[in-house]
Amino acid sequence: MDLMTITEMARSAWVVWLVLLFLAVLYWAFRPSNKKRFEEDAMIIFRNDNGENGGQAHG
Amino acid sequence: MSSASLANTASSGTPEYYDDLIKKFVIASAFWGLAGFLAGDLIAWQLAFPVLNMDLEWTTFGRLRPLHTSAVIFAFGGNILLGSSFYVVQRTCRASLFGGNGLGSFIFWGYQLFIVLAATGYLLGITQGKEYAEPEWYVDLWITVVWVAYLIAFGGTIVRRKEPHIYVANWFYLAFIITIAVLHLGNNASVPTVLFGGEMTKSYIVWAGVQDAMTQWWYGHNAVGFFLTAGFLGMMYYFVPKQAERPVYSYRLSVIHFWALTFLYIWAGPHHLHYTALPDWVQTLGMTFSVMLWMPSWGGMINGVMTLSGAWHKLRTDPVLRFMVASVGFYGMSTFEGPLMSIKAVNSLSHYTDWTIGHVHAGALGWNALVSFGVLYFLVPKLWNRERLYSLRLVNTHFWISTIGIVLYISSMWVSGIMQGLMWRTYDQLGFLQYSFIETVEAMHPYYIIRATGGLLFVLGAVLMIYNLWRTARGDLRNEAPIGLDSQAAAAAE
Repeated sequence: MDLMTITEMARSAWVVWLVLLFLAVLYWAFRPSNKKRFEEDAMIIFRNDNGENGGQAHG
Repeated sequence: MSSASLANTASSGTPEYYDDLIKKFVIASAFWGLAGFLAGDLIAWQLAFPVLNMDLEWTTFGRLRPLHTSAVIFAFGGNILLGSSFYVVQRTCRASLFGGNGLGSFIFWGYQLFIVLAATGYLLGITQGKEYAEPEWYVDLWITVVWVAYLIAFGGTIVRRKEPHIYVANWFYLAFIITIAVLHLGNNASVPTVLFGGEMTKSYIVWAGVQDAMTQWWYGHNAVGFFLTAGFLGMMYYFVPKQAERPVYSYRLSVIHFWALTFLYIWAGPHHLHYTALPDWVQTLGMTFSVMLWMPSWGGMINGVMTLSGAWHKLRTDPVLRFMVASVGFYGMSTFEGPLMSIKAVNSLSHYTDWTIGHVHAGALGWNALVSFGVLYFLVPKLWNRERLYSLRLVNTHFWISTIGIVLYISSMWVSGIMQGLMWRTYDQLGFLQYSFIETVEAMHPYYIIRATGGLLFVLGAVLMIYNLWRTARGDLRNEAPIGLDSQAAAAAE
């Protein structure tokens, strides 16, 4: 089996790879040890806003 | 405003944000929005009263229709997408815009030039004849240059971010930018006839026959999926939590939402070509993926709406939030209707009828426009550094006028479209068609008037919004009682 055949087999099974990739995303998202970091990530929008310091800049 | 407003520099180590650039996008979006809604309502009246075609080639329905669709999607929607993406990416990455004002201005003016070139071309009859991809080859090349500049500015800002995590809104914006680039290139692989001594303003696509049709709807449906959905979901994931002042309902769900939507949407295009020369298995594939899209669409909708969980009372006092939440509701409604219409049996009734037009506008007016209005109302006081909007009561009026307009529009098109579809397929006892084409047109006349009236209300709402935003930018504050408080005060007095 040469490299060409292996590549072609891998290509024809792309739907399997995508499903595996999606399952990995699911695992990553719902892994209990990641719960905290995602809760913190959701708060990013409440930092670094211009609304507050923008006002300062215009003094 | 002095030149200091060019960028906000804070002592706390927050980088400069290029907000003057975003102001331009905000103004352009409001301007093109009004122009696009007016063009849409004009052609709605043309369908009811053909005399409004004015017997001039430049003002016929066929030329004004792409003007309307491009103005609302690419000019109104495009400007608010570009502007809001620059606003969001700078803040969530804690980084100033890559390329700064120079690159930003090139993107802004380059994008406006694209709009003007495309629009004037339509009126003169210069078109590729591909829905939502009407601009001819020279406009296509120009927008490619501008779009690559946009990708560099947006991607560059992400690369230089100080925030370790890329907030989910940026994933959606980035998917929008990259996918639209790929779709645009694939669907506009055309050869200008001028290379062979032909006309300057004409080109032919390299794909032929059903492959061309499939490429067109791979483009067309994913323009819906990534321009009108992913990009606007990026807006939802930033501005709904911001306006509600609470984090998104579930960040983990937003991760799943993103990848599920991205994996599934790209396959849904064939549902535009049911019962055509497209191979049956491709049609079934498109239908299947469209039905599967129910899951990520509703997951995303639930995530947006549930962000208000525990803060529903805000809807009573905050009409800006109401715009955003109603838009997510319309998103849920139109993404339920879409998969339904992609089912072959349903499609055999709905395809080529007004039902499709109603469906598109449930999404475009209800979801895209309402969320954009919410974002415009959010951005203008922030960007012009005003305490609040000129009038929240006017926002409230706008909300109700435009919502009633949308309801008139989509309900009249349901009735008209289903009636039209049923009339087309009615046979008499001898197996002949029961109705002639003109009879179906006559039957639709009253619904066309209702639809155009709904559109008029929508235009009126946009005029109110522009007045309100203009007064806000000037720094005026209307002296008015706060919304929702009067009933509370009444309750307290009892």
